[in-house]
Amino acid sequence: MDTLQFLMDGFAVALTPTNLLFALFGAFIGTLIGALPGLGPANGVAILIPLAFTLGLPPETAMILLTSVYAGAMYGGRISSILLNIPGDEPAMMTCLDGYPMAQKGKAAEALAMSAIASFAGSLIGTIGLILLAPVLARFALTFGPAEYFALFMLAFATLGGITGKNPMKTVVAATIGIMISTVGIDIATGTQRYTFGVLKLYEGIDFILAIVGLFAISELLFFIEERAGAGRKMIKVGKLMLRPKEILAAVPTMFRGGILGFIAGVLPGAGASLGSFISYTMEKQYLGKKAHFGDGDPRGVAAPEAGNNGAASGALVPMLTLGVPGSGTTAVLLAMLISLNITPGPLMFTQNADIVWGVIAALLIGNVLLLLLNIPLVGFFVKLLSVPPMYLLPIVTMVAFVGIYSISHSAFDLYFMIAFGVAGYVLRKLEIPMVPIILGMLLGPEMEKNLGHALVISDGEWSILWASPLALGLWIVAGLGLILPYIIGPILRRRMNNAMKESPTSD
Amino acid sequence: MRNTVLSLCTQVNAARTPLPVNFMHKMPFKFFKGITPKNFRSTASLPSLVVTPSEGTPALSKLNGHKNKPEVTTMLIKRCLSFVATAAFSLSAMAWQPTGKVECIAPSDPGGGWDFTCRSAGNVLKDLDLVPGTVQTTNMAGAGGGVAFAHTISKRSEDDKLLVAASTATTTRLAQQQFPGMDASMVKWVGALGADYGVIAVGKDSRYKTLKQLMDGMKENPRSVKFAGGSARGGWDHLKVLIAAKAAGVDKLPSVPYLSYNNGGEALTQVIGGQVDAFTGDISEATGFMDSGDLRILAVLSNERLPGKFSEIPTAKEQGIDAVAPNWRGFYMPKDTSDEAQEYWTDALEKVYASDEWKAVMKKNGLIPFQPESGTFEEFINKQVADIEQLSREIGLLK
Repeated sequence: MDTLQFLMDGFAVALTPTNLLFALFGAFIGTLIGALPGLGPANGVAILIPLAFTLGLPPETAMILLTSVYAGAMYGGRISSILLNIPGDEPAMMTCLDGYPMAQKGKAAEALAMSAIASFAGSLIGTIGLILLAPVLARFALTFGPAEYFALFMLAFATLGGITGKNPMKTVVAATIGIMISTVGIDIATGTQRYTFGVLKLYEGIDFILAIVGLFAISELLFFIEERAGAGRKMIKVGKLMLRPKEILAAVPTMFRGGILGFIAGVLPGAGASLGSFISYTMEKQYLGKKAHFGDGDPRGVAAPEAGNNGAASGALVPMLTLGVPGSGTTAVLLAMLISLNITPGPLMFTQNADIVWGVIAALLIGNVLLLLLNIPLVGFFVKLLSVPPMYLLPIVTMVAFVGIYSISHSAFDLYFMIAFGVAGYVLRKLEIPMVPIILGMLLGPEMEKNLGHALVISDGEWSILWASPLALGLWIVAGLGLILPYIIGPILRRRMNNAMKESPTSD
Repeated sequence: MRNTVLSLCTQVNAARTPLPVNFMHKMPFKFFKGITPKNFRSTASLPSLVVTPSEGTPALSKLNGHKNKPEVTTMLIKRCLSFVATAAFSLSAMAWQPTGKVECIAPSDPGGGWDFTCRSAGNVLKDLDLVPGTVQTTNMAGAGGGVAFAHTISKRSEDDKLLVAASTATTTRLAQQQFPGMDASMVKWVGALGADYGVIAVGKDSRYKTLKQLMDGMKENPRSVKFAGGSARGGWDHLKVLIAAKAAGVDKLPSVPYLSYNNGGEALTQVIGGQVDAFTGDISEATGFMDSGDLRILAVLSNERLPGKFSEIPTAKEQGIDAVAPNWRGFYMPKDTSDEAQEYWTDALEKVYASDEWKAVMKKNGLIPFQPESGTFEEFINKQVADIEQLSREIGLLK
């Protein structure tokens, strides 16, 4: 079977000493980043991008590093959820519900171990799903013409806010800002300059790596300086691990269901890991009903969301790799990196850059094992690192960001741009305008414009081509639903999520 | 003095730290937008301008259709204590020799075609002892080469140890006045080291079997065939179609539909998938799908059939369409340098081109032999710029 063959080749790429080392390093850093409250996977990957450039890594190594960080961050998020009752990142929110109560009962070590195993299971299920689904979808993507792509991008924008998005207007504002930034430069379809003001540096437009590092990494630094300068946090003590095989076995079906639900949520564009963990938790809660005591420190209440968010993390890679449409914020950042590496996601990547795609997939599998190994025995170490005052971490991150961006093009101009984006990111975050839609706008806006133009050229100016094929029509309908449903279901879901949070006795 | 020159340069730290050698295939997306490196590689040779590729040993191309195309550029080095061994080659006419640091500017990010040109030619220059030490490659991306062009003119005009990578994309932009206030005469053109030839191809199920057939269809209705390519509108891939169409006698060139993609690979996907009728690009991009049988190459836009496995592909000329489109990769240097220096570099590039080392590079990267005759490179450039300018006016890209 071809897939198996490719996967074996992927392992050959991923198992080279350098790549293995970077996978380990990425998994470690990712866990740490995930564990630090406030630093999510998108920020984590954004912070590591400059490092990849600084070190001059070849594309497959760079992607392996970043996907390991991504997977690691999904693992790490649970640590502060359990110990501090502060989610390390958004997808780990649901883990607080049962994780923190467990920790309070003195079962922090068990909660951490259980969640690590659940993360492993979820991620494994997600990655297997990715392996099975991605090549099929990649072949299917060959049938996508400009009209279908246009509808697909509409779908991505429509579901952008996601069901958990807070303020739809702010999402729209953010996406618009992104699209506006993306129009700078020479328009590929006509050769016309737009908003370049005769500045040579602007002819190629604004590199979205600058925007990403600025918006995520630099603004994060500013936030850290504002809020968290000073000492580290107090931790709950992690006791001796007393997890019995029986308890793990009892949670296996939960992990399995969670992983699958999470994967499905991840594949849907825009939904992402938060939805994955939320769905897994609520479904599991309903499914088990009275047999469990969710919200009160049930190990399965830790297993379900962790399996869900890790499954979703792998699922979100599917549309990103096959169609070039990110399934979540972090995959948007990964997509930007791929494009910067001169690799075009889509069907062609599975044949022409097979070493990279399959190397990354194999690295996900290996990374998972590494993460499990890192997270069970070394969990105490991460807990200690959590209490390292940020004043030691920040200068390092800043330095890496500057060196990395400079090493891309040796241009100080780019550094000014990055800082400008950082300051803008700080202001926007103060205004609670989300960052991810900005990146998506920058990434997808030009693609959407291009495909609209192409569709119209092909049809000789006939607009109906946009919904002429059944596939395109189907995508439009889903996009329409994606736009309307959040208004109907969103408030219900959010109320439930809030209720769930409130029910947990120790919520912030 | 002829063979070994030992020059001690002022700084004694012999091996200065090389710039981070960043092999990352980094090329911002934006870059492609409008100013595709791909454009760059493309070389324009309009129908009228017939450049005879020098017949070197057949270089088998083996680049799969991925867009990073090598661009060959050169540059040299840096370094202080230089031991210039102009060794085995007798450089009799060479009064001038580079001393100290030789630099090659790649006007793209690391991993792009121009970057490849600088690095690979730099290595061969070093191996042949044509430069003292190594050649330092500096990446200076921006405006499709415009930033590097401006830098060369304004800040480095007397630097005789500076080479800048260039290709058809450079001449296309110069011709279309996309480097504001700059033109081809503001630098000295040194030489070319190979080329990638244009092709026109269709999917395996297409009803078009020959280029002639396709062009005949276009003569009846210029809108009947939709082309996809990896350069912006007006870029080299687009121009290739127009060059062929013009040679075939198609009128209303501006109405020939052209869909621009970010790179050749994306364009190929659409052609293979059947959404667009025909692909215009370079032979190295089309190789992967040609091998898999998904793509039928109707014609290669070269004077003669290409070597190796490409020898099956007919040229446009054979089909009665006099269109030739090589995308050369070469170098220019600053204007206010001595003629001796220019002569030295032209000669050095010829030696690189003739070397076995370079032949190996070409073979590995799908470059096809191409070198204008000695001393005619500037003429070639001027002609190419003029031809592109004229064509661009005809199709309304330039007013």
